[in-house]
Amino acid sequence: MNGLESVLLFSLVVTPFLGAAVLAFFPADNHKLIHWYTRIIAASGLAIAAYLFITFDTGDSLNKYIVDFDWLPSLGIRFTLGLSGITVPLVLLNAIIFFGGVLISWNVDHRPKDFFVWLMLLVAGVYGVFASRDLFFLFFFYELAVVPMYLLVGVWGSSTDFGTFLRTKEYGAMKVMLVLVAGSVLVWIAILAMWVEAREITGIADFGMAGLSQVEFSEGFQKTYYPFLMIGFGILAGLWPFHTWSPDGHVAAPTAVSMLHAGVLMKLGAFGILAVGMVLLPDGARFWAPLLIGLGTVNVIYGAISAMGQKDLKYIIGYSSVSHMGYVLMGLGALDTLAVDGAVLQMFSHGIMTALFFAMVGVIYQRTHIRDITILAGLGKKMGITGVFLAVAGLTSLGLPGFSSFVAEIMIFIGTYRTYPVVGVLAVVGAAITAVYILRMLGAVFFGPIDENKWKDLTDANKTETGVAALLTGFLLLWGLYPFRIVEIIDSGVVPIMERLGS
Amino acid sequence: MPAEVRFDLLWPEFLVAGLAFAIFTLDFFLRPERKNILGWISAIGLLYIIAFTIPFLNDESESLFGGLYRVDDYALFFKVLSMAIGGAVILGSIHYVGKYLTHPGEYYAIILLSVLAMMMMAASGELLTAYLSLELLSFCLYILSGFALHDRKSSEASVKYILLGAFSSGLLLYGIVLMYGAMGTTNFAEMAAFLDGHGEINGRLLIGLTLLVTGLGFKMAAVPFHMWAPDVYEGAPMPITAYIAVGSKVAAFALVLRLFAEGLLPAIDQWNILIAGMAAVTMLFGNVVALAQTNIKRMLAYSSVGQVGFLLMGVASLSTLSSNGLMVHLVGYSATNLAVFFAIIAFYNYTGKEEISDFAGLASRSPFLAAAITISLFSLAGLPFLAGFVTKFYLFSAAAAEDLLWLAGVAMVASLISLYYYLKVARQMYISPATEGEDSTIKVPALLYGLVGVMVIIVILIGLYPEPLVNLIEDATAVILPGGDASALSLR
Repeated sequence: MNGLESVLLFSLVVTPFLGAAVLAFFPADNHKLIHWYTRIIAASGLAIAAYLFITFDTGDSLNKYIVDFDWLPSLGIRFTLGLSGITVPLVLLNAIIFFGGVLISWNVDHRPKDFFVWLMLLVAGVYGVFASRDLFFLFFFYELAVVPMYLLVGVWGSSTDFGTFLRTKEYGAMKVMLVLVAGSVLVWIAILAMWVEAREITGIADFGMAGLSQVEFSEGFQKTYYPFLMIGFGILAGLWPFHTWSPDGHVAAPTAVSMLHAGVLMKLGAFGILAVGMVLLPDGARFWAPLLIGLGTVNVIYGAISAMGQKDLKYIIGYSSVSHMGYVLMGLGALDTLAVDGAVLQMFSHGIMTALFFAMVGVIYQRTHIRDITILAGLGKKMGITGVFLAVAGLTSLGLPGFSSFVAEIMIFIGTYRTYPVVGVLAVVGAAITAVYILRMLGAVFFGPIDENKWKDLTDANKTETGVAALLTGFLLLWGLYPFRIVEIIDSGVVPIMERLGS
Repeated sequence: MPAEVRFDLLWPEFLVAGLAFAIFTLDFFLRPERKNILGWISAIGLLYIIAFTIPFLNDESESLFGGLYRVDDYALFFKVLSMAIGGAVILGSIHYVGKYLTHPGEYYAIILLSVLAMMMMAASGELLTAYLSLELLSFCLYILSGFALHDRKSSEASVKYILLGAFSSGLLLYGIVLMYGAMGTTNFAEMAAFLDGHGEINGRLLIGLTLLVTGLGFKMAAVPFHMWAPDVYEGAPMPITAYIAVGSKVAAFALVLRLFAEGLLPAIDQWNILIAGMAAVTMLFGNVVALAQTNIKRMLAYSSVGQVGFLLMGVASLSTLSSNGLMVHLVGYSATNLAVFFAIIAFYNYTGKEEISDFAGLASRSPFLAAAITISLFSLAGLPFLAGFVTKFYLFSAAAAEDLLWLAGVAMVASLISLYYYLKVARQMYISPATEGEDSTIKVPALLYGLVGVMVIIVILIGLYPEPLVNLIEDATAVILPGGDASALSLR
C-alpha cells in the first residue's frame, strides 16, 4: 500500500464492512442515531469516490492505487485492490446511489438497524467486486453483494397483488437469491478452470487477474469456458432469457434496495463480462461476441415490449432496466472501442437514471400505496416535484439529448452500426418503443383528471427526497452536457482491453 | 524402528482414558443434584490435556508397536481437534443433561471414551488397529444415542444404529480379511509398497477394497449407506446428534485420509472413480432430500450427508492440496455445525420444540440465536465472510486441480440446492412472525451463549483469514503425503 490514493481505496472498501460490524452493536431503538450514522458512512464513501474520480490520471493505462496483501499462498490468493478507467466511474456510481439510497430510506422504521447492516454489506460487496484484482476476492465480494438481498427483500420488501395471483416478497427474495447464486456457480466453474489451466501452463498457482491475463490459454479452452463467464455474469446483468428474476426482484424490494440493485448490482454482471471474460479469455470473447450481441438485442426489444404491457410502475421500470441493460450487453458484444466506451458510460448513466426512477416511484408508493398506473391519475397537480423528476428520468430513459443516456446510446449505436449494421438499426427501434411506454406511463400517472376526494391529503416529495432526486439529476445533466472527462477516463481503461482483443 | 516402545508419546491417550475412569468413579460419590459438576470436570480436564498435547506438535514422526500406531503431526492435529470437539459437546450438554437425561456420570465418561477412540483412529497405522478404534467409537455412540431412556425414539435410534453398525462392521472386517489375503499385510506403509510393486489391483483385492469402502461408507453415512443417519440424528439426544454429526465424521475422515494417502495412493487410478462417484451421489442425494425435511434435526442430518459428499471429493482427488482442502473443510464444518447445534440446543432447552416451523419469529424472540443460526447455515451453504466459503473454495479448487472439475461443478450445484433449505430456516426466523402465545423472549444461559458465540467467532475468523489454520494443516498433511508441495504442480 503506497500513496494516499491506495489508502483511500482500501478504506473505501473496508469502511462499509466495519461500519456494518459496528452498527450491529448499536441500540436497536435509537432510530435517529442509526440513520445519521449510516448517512455519515455513505457520505464519507461518496467523498472518497469523488476524490479518486476527480484526481484520476488517465496518462498510463495500468491499474492504479494498488493495495496488495498475501492471503492464502498455497492457492495463490492475494488480497489485491486497484482501479482502472473502467472501475473508477463505477465505484463513484455505487457511492452516489448508496448515499441517495440511505437518504431516501429516511422512512424505514421497521428494524432500521438490521436494514442498514445488510445494506452496508451489499454496498461493501459491490465496492469489492469493482476494486478486486484477484479472482477469489472478486468472487467473494460478488457473492457477498448477492447474499443480503434475501433478507432485504424478504423482510422490508412488498408483495404485489395481480388479482388472480399474488407475487409475494418471499417469492421475489428466494427467486433473486437462487438465480443469482446459480449464475455465480457458472462463474465459479470458469474461475477454477482458468486457475487449473494456468497452473498447468505456468506451474504457478495464481488467482490474480494480472498474472492470469499474461497466460496464453488455448483457443479451445477459451471457447469452452467463455460462455460460463458470459452466462454466469450475464444472469446478474439481466441477460435474456435469464432476466426474469430482475423485474420480480426489483418490484418486491424496498426503494433503496431497488435503487442499488437495478442501479449498481446489474452492472456487476456487465462489468464481469468485460473485466473478467473479455480480458482473460479474449479469443473466447471474439468467438462468442455474435451471441452476446444477439442476446443483447433481444434484451433491448423484448424488455421494451414487456414494459409496454405492464401496469405496475415498478414492473415497467424493472423491464425497462432489462431493456437498457441490453444496450450495455450489445455495446460489449460489438467489440468496438467506441461501443464499449458507450456501454460503460451507459452502465453509469442507467444506474443513476434507474435509481432516480425507483426513488420517485418509492415516493409515490409511500404516499398512495398504489403502483397501478390504471388507477393513479392526475397526480401532477398534487405532486409537481415528483412529477418533474420522474419526467427527467423518463426523458433520460428514452435518450433525450442533454442527458447522459443520449451520449452513451449514440456511442453504442454508432459503434455497433460499424460492425453489425442490422443490430444498430434494431437498437434504435428499441429506443423508439421506450419512448412509447415511458410517455404512456408519465401521461397516465401525472396528467388527466385527479380524484380530489381520494388524494385530498396527498403531499409532494419532501426536502430529503427532493435533494436525492436533484443530486441524481445533476449527474445525468453533467455527463449529458459535458461527457468529455468521463469518456476520457473510461477510454483509458477500455483501450488496453480492446488492443488485446485486436480490434 | 526403536527397540523399546516410547510410552511417553501416548500420554494424551492415557490422560483421556484416566479422566474417563475418574469420572466413572467420582460419579459414585456425588449426590444426584451435584452431578452437573462432572460435565465441568470433564471439559476442563480435556482443556488441560489439549494444552499438554500441543507441545507434542514438533514435526517428529514416531511409529509405535512396529507401525501399528503412529504419533506424528497428523495424528496430533486430529487428537487436539477431537478433544476440542469432545470438550465443546460436553459443555453444550450440561444444561440439556440436567433437564432431560439421567445418569450424567456415565454420559460424560462415555463421551470421554469416545474421544479416546477418535484419537486412536487418527493415529492408527494399520487396518486392525483402525478397526478396533472404530468399534470403540461406534460402541460409545450406540450407547449415547439411546441415552434418553424415557424416549422411545431414542431407543429406536440406538437399536437401528447398532444393527446397521454391526452389519457394516462385518463388511469392514471381511474387506480387511480379503485385503490381507491379497497383500499379506494390514500395515498402510507395506500396503503401499505392495501396490507400488504390482501396479494392478486383482479381483480379490478389489472386492476387499469395495467392502472396506462400503463399511467405512456406513460409518460416515455416505449414500447409499446413509439410511441410519436421519433416524439416529432425530432420535438421539440433541448434543449427541451434534457429536455424531461432527465428531464421528472428523474421526472417520482422519482414518480414511491416512488409509488412502499412506496405503492406497499408488493405486489411485483404480479407486478414485469409485470414490468420486460415491461423492457425487452423496452430495446430490443428501442435499435434494434435505429440501423436503420439516424437522430441523433431520434436515441437518441430510445436510451433513451432503457434506460427506464434499469431503469424499477430497479423498477422490487425493493430493497434498486436496488433503489440505479436506482437512480445512472438516475443521470449518465442525465449528459451523457445532454453532448451529448449540444454538438449537439452547432453543430446545427453552421451548422443547424442534420443527423448522417452530423457529418462526426467532429474530424477535432471541436476535442472538437467530443471527447465530443464520450465520452458521450461511456458512454451511458456502456464503462469503464465513468459514464455509473459504473451505469449499479450497476443497473445490483442489479437486479441480486433479482433473475433477466436473465433480467440483456437481458440488457447486449441490451447494446451490442446499442454499434453498437453509434460506427456508432463515425465512422462518426473520420473515415469518412468531405464533400467538409462543412469542416470549428466549432465555439463553450464559454457558450456551458463550459457546455459540465462540463457535460463530471461529467460523468468521476462518472465513476472513484461514492462513494460520492452513499452515497447521500443511504440517499435518506433510506427514501422510511426504514430498508434496502444495503451491507447485500437483504431485501424486
